[in-house]
Amino acid sequence: MPEGIKDKVAIIGMGCTKFGELWSKGWEDLVIDAYTEAVADAGIERRDIEAVWFGSCFEELYSGKNAMPLSEVLKLPFIPVTRVENWCATGSEALRGASYAVASGACDIALALGVEKLKDIGYGGLPASLGMSQRRIHMDPNSTAPGLFATMATRYFAKYGLSSEEGKRTLAKISSKSHHNGTMCERAHLRVEVPVETVMKAPIVAWPLGLYDCCGVSDGAAAAIVTRAELAKNFRPDPVYIKALQISVSSGEEWMYTDWDSTWVMPTYHAGGKAYEEAGIKNPREEISMLDPHDCFSITELVIYEDLQISARGRAKEDVDSGFFNLDGQIPCQTDGGLKCFGHPISASGLRMMYEEYKQLQGKCGPRQVKNPKLGLTHNLGGFPPRAICSVCIVGL
Amino acid sequence: MIGITSYGAYIPRYRIKRDIIYSAIGWMGGGKMPGEKAIANYDEDNVTMAVAANMDCLNGIKRESIDGLYFATTAAPYMVRQNAGIIATALDIRPNIRTMDLTNSVKSGTSALLSAFDAVKAGSLETVMVCASDHRLCKAASIQEQIYGDGAATLLLGSDGVVASLEGSYSVSYDFMDRWRADKDEFERSWEERWIREEGYAKFIPEAIFGLLKKYNLNIKDFAKVIYSCPFVRDHTTIGKRLDADPNQIQDNMFTTVGDTGTAYPLMMLIAALEEAKPGDKIIVASYGNGSDALFFEVTERITQLEERRGISKHLATKKDLTSYEKYLVFSNLLTVEVGLRGEEIPPARSSFLWRDRRGILGLCGSRCRRCGTPQYPYQRICVNPNCKAIDEMEDYHFSDKKGYLRTYTADNLAFSLSPPEIYGMVDFEGGGRYYFGITDCDPDLLKVDMPLEMTFRKKWFEKSRGVYDYCWKAMPIRG
Repeated sequence: MPEGIKDKVAIIGMGCTKFGELWSKGWEDLVIDAYTEAVADAGIERRDIEAVWFGSCFEELYSGKNAMPLSEVLKLPFIPVTRVENWCATGSEALRGASYAVASGACDIALALGVEKLKDIGYGGLPASLGMSQRRIHMDPNSTAPGLFATMATRYFAKYGLSSEEGKRTLAKISSKSHHNGTMCERAHLRVEVPVETVMKAPIVAWPLGLYDCCGVSDGAAAAIVTRAELAKNFRPDPVYIKALQISVSSGEEWMYTDWDSTWVMPTYHAGGKAYEEAGIKNPREEISMLDPHDCFSITELVIYEDLQISARGRAKEDVDSGFFNLDGQIPCQTDGGLKCFGHPISASGLRMMYEEYKQLQGKCGPRQVKNPKLGLTHNLGGFPPRAICSVCIVGL
Repeated sequence: MIGITSYGAYIPRYRIKRDIIYSAIGWMGGGKMPGEKAIANYDEDNVTMAVAANMDCLNGIKRESIDGLYFATTAAPYMVRQNAGIIATALDIRPNIRTMDLTNSVKSGTSALLSAFDAVKAGSLETVMVCASDHRLCKAASIQEQIYGDGAATLLLGSDGVVASLEGSYSVSYDFMDRWRADKDEFERSWEERWIREEGYAKFIPEAIFGLLKKYNLNIKDFAKVIYSCPFVRDHTTIGKRLDADPNQIQDNMFTTVGDTGTAYPLMMLIAALEEAKPGDKIIVASYGNGSDALFFEVTERITQLEERRGISKHLATKKDLTSYEKYLVFSNLLTVEVGLRGEEIPPARSSFLWRDRRGILGLCGSRCRRCGTPQYPYQRICVNPNCKAIDEMEDYHFSDKKGYLRTYTADNLAFSLSPPEIYGMVDFEGGGRYYFGITDCDPDLLKVDMPLEMTFRKKWFEKSRGVYDYCWKAMPIRG
């Protein structure tokens, strides 16, 4: 195991827009808002930023390719700007680029920014085939994200002997919990309580997932300013330190080899394991204070509990039933409402999650504040269960 | 001895009772006829049905042995781009073969058969696959809508292992404009039905059959079965009487179960007859369409050794009633329905890519690692087995004829489909290999984890911007 970047990089400023169907805002408005909030929060001058990592995914819908559109909108002064894209892990990938840059000493202050302006698609859900390889277009079924994640629920229910009713009820509790937390977060898109029975009765999107098993689709942007750890206290008394930052990408094995059984996501497990190693965490169930994982669908969150080795395999239901992940539970999960309530502007989500962990660690979350958090974990899952790009970031004081 | 060495057929899963059509649109003056007819699913066309019949025919036959593929239809998806070539690619048979499309008359099915016979007899080709498939677009409330059904038939012609030898033929050809469709027309037009029945069917079929009997000095009583393409119930009987054939000699015309399947029609009835034939039986089959071809077969001992297949009888026995006329219209592309912006965003086809990947996309050909034996789809240069990862040690491997198991699935209401919900899932092949496939000819309530599946060649979509029909392989519950 290499040395890693534990405690070498600190986040000193963050910004996050309100997420939602922001019909009157362009992507330019979103990046400017996230950027200016982050700069003000860090207490730096704009000219102090030496390099930028810009995350955008369905850029065909708004900015177009490459880094120039961002540089021009923010009027960045001829500094290196790199556009990154790694499906839903894009925001965390941008943070990884900026963090590695300051950790290496290549620059002192770097900006990571993720944005997605999805609501110009023209229909609900994600674009049907943008960004797909030619082979996938022709060989794959006509599928959607809810459908491909639903296939994980079907097998999970069958493997662990859950009836449709039991399985759906477990998933409903996950969504209902997130909606409850979301009511307390003013930047969230959906801020209403959704009782378990309402989740259960919702129209089916892709069997067995119903409407409330799926996260929303929204617009938003989030940004983080990072510096080398030893410089952090020059900017603020309560910087948040990066303990681990790992990404794992599917090898094709899940999709084409017959060992994987569709009840877990291999890259989440690998990214989690490596992140715990980098952060020096021996027992995540005891050591992690809070989670903001990639709950694109309720079933995704259920298997994440197991893939991150917090719940035992096949036992996540028990933790859901006992309220282990509720705001007042042992490891509160989706304290801000998660993707469930924010919606999922692809490249913004990873940094939006980090924004919540950052504010929680600084004790600024009001009614949803977790008591004395030590370590927060964010997780992204790009792609879909058998073909995924997963990131795990662990931060602490 | 030259003749049929193998056969296969295809009848789509869906049937619609003619009563349902009549109840829905009979007020327009459409005819009322008995029974039901077979109808193609929304993802089927004449190319896909031909592939299905060919797969049925290939049962026990080596793909490498085929050196000709003739395809007959009156409603080919492509006017320019050989449809037989798409079919050959889907079967992933070798390229050094002779392929051709025979079209424009419903007589083309028997014409294709006779051409194949001549090629084998001349010694130019050894084994020719003759397939005929028809799914014809009919206007709502037209008489054709009542008469026409969808189906396909395949006969393998050769001299090795003949189950029914082709002993002779007699053809008549007339420019009889009973039904026609000019290059600018979408639908067939038709002259008065009485005239067609009396001056067409009732004259050309007897003329061809009597011509055959005279040419070979035969008597109608010599034949175990007499088959002729006439979908009209009463006229079918009348022609039988004119031929002086006993009712038990006359092969059922499948009108009440399938309908008139055009080019495939006489060949499908021939296959139905072969399924019940005994060695030594003589069979006459006469097509209809701008005249008639009459052919004379003699069944051999080999018929008893033919591998089991679905043919007509098993396809007939496995069906699903479609009770919605509107759904039939959508399946037939006769009703303009809202597919949503998602359904309109079909990526433009890229010919050079499709050519490069044709064996994978159209042929469902993947690879198998020579080092560890792992089958994988699509073709991989680096082995996907995490314990192997050998580079460039692959051989070709076909998945289209492998059974699969549905490890997991969903029924998706959001994905684009002309018959929602779109069903798809993870399929593990018997013997190894895995991929995610669309599941067709299946109702959501039939889905079960680990259920067995078979592969089926289907239309993926019509890509309007470049005018391209795209095809793919899907999985379906094992039929019968």
